[in-house]
Amino acid sequence: MAKLFAVTVILIAIGSAIPILMHTFVPPVDISTHGPLIDEQMSETMAEAGISFLAAQIILGVFVWKFSRTQGRIGSFPGGARGLVAAAVILVGVEVFALGAFGARAWAGIYFTAPGPNAMRIQAQAGQFAFYFRYPGPDGKFGPLHPDLINEGTQNFFGLDPDHDPEAKDDIVTAELAVPVNREIHLLMHAKDVGHSFFVRELRIQQDFVPGLDVSVHFTTNKVGRYEIVCTQLCGLGHYNMKAYLNVMSQADFDAWLKQQASQQ
Amino acid sequence: MHDMHVPAVHHHAPPQGFIRKHVFSLDHKVIGEQYYGLALLAVLIGMVLSWIMRLHLGWPTLSIPGLQLLSKNGAPGGIPTPEYYLQLMTMHGTFMVFFVLTTAPFAGFGNYFLPIQVGAEDMPFPHFNMMSFWVTFVAFVVALAAFFVPDGPPLSGWTGYAPLSALGAVAGPGQGLGQVLWAASLAIFCVGQLLGSLNFISTTLDMRCKGMSMMRLPLTVWAWFITSAMGLTAFAVLMPACILLILDHVAGTSFFVASNLVVNDQLQPHSGGSTLLWQHLFWFFGHPEVYVAIVPGMGVVSHVLITNMRRPMLSHRVLIYSMAALAFLSYMVYGHHMFVSGMNPFSSIVFSFPTLAITIPSTIIVLIWIGSLYGAKLRINSASLFALGFISLFVSGGVSGFFLAQPSLDILLHATYFVVGHFHFTMAIAAIFGIFAGTYFWFSKVTGRMMNETLGKIHFWFTFVGAYSIFMPFHYLGIAGNVRRYQAFVDDYLQPLLGVHKFITVAALVTGAAQLIFLYNLIYSRFRGPKAPQNPWEATSLEWTIPSPPPFDNFGGKLPVVYHDPYQYGIEASSGDYVMQDSPEQVQTVHDEK
Repeated sequence: MAKLFAVTVILIAIGSAIPILMHTFVPPVDISTHGPLIDEQMSETMAEAGISFLAAQIILGVFVWKFSRTQGRIGSFPGGARGLVAAAVILVGVEVFALGAFGARAWAGIYFTAPGPNAMRIQAQAGQFAFYFRYPGPDGKFGPLHPDLINEGTQNFFGLDPDHDPEAKDDIVTAELAVPVNREIHLLMHAKDVGHSFFVRELRIQQDFVPGLDVSVHFTTNKVGRYEIVCTQLCGLGHYNMKAYLNVMSQADFDAWLKQQASQQ
Repeated sequence: MHDMHVPAVHHHAPPQGFIRKHVFSLDHKVIGEQYYGLALLAVLIGMVLSWIMRLHLGWPTLSIPGLQLLSKNGAPGGIPTPEYYLQLMTMHGTFMVFFVLTTAPFAGFGNYFLPIQVGAEDMPFPHFNMMSFWVTFVAFVVALAAFFVPDGPPLSGWTGYAPLSALGAVAGPGQGLGQVLWAASLAIFCVGQLLGSLNFISTTLDMRCKGMSMMRLPLTVWAWFITSAMGLTAFAVLMPACILLILDHVAGTSFFVASNLVVNDQLQPHSGGSTLLWQHLFWFFGHPEVYVAIVPGMGVVSHVLITNMRRPMLSHRVLIYSMAALAFLSYMVYGHHMFVSGMNPFSSIVFSFPTLAITIPSTIIVLIWIGSLYGAKLRINSASLFALGFISLFVSGGVSGFFLAQPSLDILLHATYFVVGHFHFTMAIAAIFGIFAGTYFWFSKVTGRMMNETLGKIHFWFTFVGAYSIFMPFHYLGIAGNVRRYQAFVDDYLQPLLGVHKFITVAALVTGAAQLIFLYNLIYSRFRGPKAPQNPWEATSLEWTIPSPPPFDNFGGKLPVVYHDPYQYGIEASSGDYVMQDSPEQVQTVHDEK
């Protein structure tokens, strides 16, 4: 029975590693300029976690196989507890703090840098169960929000008052997040009702919308294409169906798209 | 130096009558069994809920027979609606985390065995102890009642994030009365845990028998003691948080609801609250709670393994210090649940390092376990198999923590099935393996009868292979970006992953069905199992010095005197390769290895 346990544990460990080694399940190709650091961090962590996982499971299996016995004297691990504690503190300590330090670099690249002065500002609003986006129009300014004016029936999703707020007159509201490729985007996020999240796997961005708090992220895309934006913060019965698209376009296509959207407001 | 103080001896007369013996009992052993029974009931409910969820995820159009009887509106034609799926998911998490994983390994085993293992007749506050169970039972009934209110239970998950959980019925089905019942249930549950923790701590500190110094306490007692300290502080935060949440519902306050929120085109009459405050309070409780679930399992696994390895751990002290370090660090890491929550991104880095640092005591514990196997004379039985399985599963869950401790990787993995796989491996299935190990080990002491070993081993193999078949693929799904808490996978990129979900569903059904083997073994052996000897495993701690089942006052009116460290195995003594803790026999004893 001990040998069966040993073989099972080792087979499970190796079997679990195969889909990872074969790259059967991987995140989709990165489309952001900040993503490579995250992907590199993911690979390094996978290697370190994978080695720890395999080593621990295999040694567990081998020891169970070898020391399931009735004869012989009780022996002791060479080096004893002190050696194991030293190994844990030094090897694992160095390993995880190195991961932490390099990981912090990737995080800092996104969150500890301010968006550039030429970043295109787009507002994102999340509500049960849809995302809406707002572009400031030719004046470059967003009109103020009036929550009491929000009305889905009249499609006033943001609560704008163009009759009284001149800055809101040229605001462009869309259900799709279109951005020009290779241009920095400063996404200003707010929630209309409850907590939501903005997750685009390809963009390597996941950020919660927090009711009552203005949150922002900035990013630059480098591949034209259409990608799903999904909500990852449980927001109610329609949570699973709350999605929109990130449409990364060439500058010319984007200009044309924005013009067309403006004409439809 | 051994502590030779005289314990505060507690006397009470033998209970008379059915009610005093079996219902409102003051006996810590009966209370322990009551907690275990409650956990068994809760785990059956929680498992059935998970089956319904898994069936729906694998085959979304499948009509689940009889489901419409549970809720006509929630499952018309036996197919769960989106909101009903989330309601079942919320209650699955609530039942499992609170009424199974907190209840069985800590309150169940701890109540039964802690006083015996320290050499006490009972706990110092038996009425508090009785109250702690019945308060917990009331909490369970209140949670269960949420199924029977018009809108059903809440749908906001076991984490109950505000403002979804605070806005009331306008936020969705179950968010009115169902959510209030949920919060009330948790607040009541906290009272039970606080009373229990108080008893555990005072029993450990004040009720030890003569010769039982702190370092002579078995690792189980240390684990329960450390868990109690966490319980006192963690539940003391959850309780007021739940009360504030209820006030947001019923008293018009705005602790967790910000200004200017618009739901269904209606401006909500709240202002000034903080969304993130709930998350901070919840996770300040929530992360220690992970260790409340797993540390008792570490104690049980150590205790079971030592007995079956016929040798003490490489270091008793290092294991104790490492468990204490886990408990201490568990308060500093809670922010890793909130990396992408919108809290200050600098905080994420601050929370990231203690989270990574917690790997060190965890690794030490695992290495001491595995290192102690070296040179052992390992006996394989159902209890030791589950203990070994615990180590394997805990390692698997632990290494996925490397990823989730890093904010930069949380961007990809947060709220995906990777997280679901991680916490199921560690706090859920590993902790449940600890419960199984403890059950197979102590069953004979509690009932006076042996469990069937063949059935126990069959149960182990199905459960061990099953656990990996269910929870390892969760990690793969998460890496591919599969978001959790979705009742259907409508996103394009999720379509190729549906096959994996079907596989997991089949594995969950088979593994779940295999638990019937355990249930049968438990019930059959309780009444028909062969009579157990007093000490079938040749173990050394005090519970094995008394008859099975133990008398109402544990030691027959005469408190034991302890002469040895708890785990004197691998020696030459008159009883064999071990010496009981209360044996005055002089032997060449085993000391902590350096």
